[in-house]
Amino acid sequence: MIGVISYLVFFATTASILAIAVLGLNLQWGNTGLFNGGVVAFFGAGAYATLILGGTPQAGHLGGFELFYPLALLGGMAAAGLLAWIVGLLTLRLRHDYLAIATFGVAVAFENLMRNAEWLAGGAKGVRGFERPLREALGDGFLYNLLFFAVVLVILIATYLFLERLVASPFGRLLRAIREDEEAAQSLGKNPTKIRLTAFVTGSVILGLAGGLYGTFYAFVSPQDVLPTLTFQIWAMLIVGGAGNNRGAIFGAFLIWGAWTASGWALSRFAPVEAQLYTGSVQFILIGSVIVGMLMWRPQGLLPEKLVVSQRGKTPLVKQGV
Amino acid sequence: MAEVILSTKGLSRSFGYLKAVDDVTLNIRQGSITGLIGPNGAGKSTLFNLLTGALKPDTGTVHLNGRDITGLAPDRLFASGLGRTFQIPRPFARMSVLENVMLAPTGQVGETVAGPFFFRNRMRAEEKRIRDKALGVLDFVTLGALADHPAGQISGGQMKLLELARVLMGDPSLILLDEPAAGVNPVLTETLIGKIEELNRQGTTFVIIEHDMDFVMRHCDPVIALAEGRVVFEGTSDEALKNPVLLDAYLGATADA
Ligand SMILES: Nc1ncnc2c1ncn2[C@@H]1O[C@H](COP(=O)(O)OP(=O)(O)OP(=O)(O)O)[C@@H](O)[C@H]1O
Ligand SMILES: [Mg+2]
Repeated sequence: MIGVISYLVFFATTASILAIAVLGLNLQWGNTGLFNGGVVAFFGAGAYATLILGGTPQAGHLGGFELFYPLALLGGMAAAGLLAWIVGLLTLRLRHDYLAIATFGVAVAFENLMRNAEWLAGGAKGVRGFERPLREALGDGFLYNLLFFAVVLVILIATYLFLERLVASPFGRLLRAIREDEEAAQSLGKNPTKIRLTAFVTGSVILGLAGGLYGTFYAFVSPQDVLPTLTFQIWAMLIVGGAGNNRGAIFGAFLIWGAWTASGWALSRFAPVEAQLYTGSVQFILIGSVIVGMLMWRPQGLLPEKLVVSQRGKTPLVKQGV
Repeated sequence: MAEVILSTKGLSRSFGYLKAVDDVTLNIRQGSITGLIGPNGAGKSTLFNLLTGALKPDTGTVHLNGRDITGLAPDRLFASGLGRTFQIPRPFARMSVLENVMLAPTGQVGETVAGPFFFRNRMRAEEKRIRDKALGVLDFVTLGALADHPAGQISGGQMKLLELARVLMGDPSLILLDEPAAGVNPVLTETLIGKIEELNRQGTTFVIIEHDMDFVMRHCDPVIALAEGRVVFEGTSDEALKNPVLLDAYLGATADA
């Protein structure tokens, strides 16, 4: 029994961390229409920087600053934001498909840098020597995991509330206008470059927060954690859940992570032994099919974006075919 | 001489070998409703794009109220009182009609990441003010009942009115309208003209691109004609009707309705 609960806590923690990342992507894509094809670079920057800033000294790579944990996590967010700012300045003039390719390239470069620059972050072996906060007081057991989940959940809720308030404000209106028609928005006095950069950096800081929590959870990060697969998964979560809708983003994260985990389990259990080598690839195909299917039959996602209407109690006219 | 609100000198812009706007020098009189006519492809929309900063000229200058605005971006120009609409309407389709209009005022407190968190009261008060104004403007352009509709689902003519409403939120002193009556039914066109003349009486200057000669002759003065990127006529509507060059330019080019 405790085994099942323990597993559920583990699952919910991972899903909640991913949900935070999906919320960050939603600000960029769902609200602003920025195609970030390198999600994992910003997630990874957050994870790496948090562990390097908060970890104990390690031979052979940068680190051991042993910062107070919340500061390390903030440092992770700042690192992701800084990376986004630089990438943004260089690429945000690009239109959708080019931006996607450029950011995808950034993520691949990031992974390669982490894999090869041993002096920086341990190379292929990854960043070690990170002590999870309060571990000494609480031990390694179920209690710790439960409390960690509680903290992640609180951060997820806080991120959700932050974004809900943000997108309901004139700032959110600005983002949507940029998404719908940049040139028209500019003709109405708005500065698209500045708005795109702000949304890109803010979304990436949230991705960095998710990455920092992810690194903390495993007390370890390596190039294996920043493969394009993760970008792909986070995108699937957003598209299935509903781009432009923060609840949809969270719902999609839990749904897709559940499906991913379940399919992995089912394949390892029921697939013939020779096929098990390919579990990852099969999962990849499954998730790809889900994205394609969703885009074909329900492109708005399971929980679509809601139109912002005035609250003056006038009943809108019945919509007529246009 | 009456005061000039907008002027250009030697304005040119090419696309490859095509000179879309060719050495255009003109003055727009403050308080006028100036008509801009010319056959398809004459360079009228391109000229608008040069005036509003959407395109940069190859050579030449643009002055607004005596200030050199050549090469300034459209967002800066909107803030300086220059509004424009597009030939093909560009609504923010997945936003409500009201949101489309509420977007327009520049420098809103809530337009920053910090605004909704640190300046809540100011933001709320401003939102209320903007919403009231927006509803007023929507009523003015007869779209009041559509405030809560997605802007992508209203009719083409209504989209033209919506573009005008958005522009009006910035209280511009000069408005450039690119074919405001095209595709708009005659009743709505009459409404539109009424609105334009009402605003004009309150001091707003208009430049209107229009193919409907009847519209131009009845409501625009002066009239400027372009052909192949050049100004071929400038004068009153009466003079335009008697001008052989102008008739040529039209007869030469189109069977436009
Ligand atoms: N972005 C562009 N790239 C290349 N050519 C262009 C571009 N914009 C306009 N042109 C060309 O410049 C010429 C002038 O076009 P413009 O749209 O200004 O004409 P117009 O007078 O507005 O015509 P219409 O009455 O049909 O709207 C046309 O030959 C057009 O094909
Ligand atoms: Mg045109």
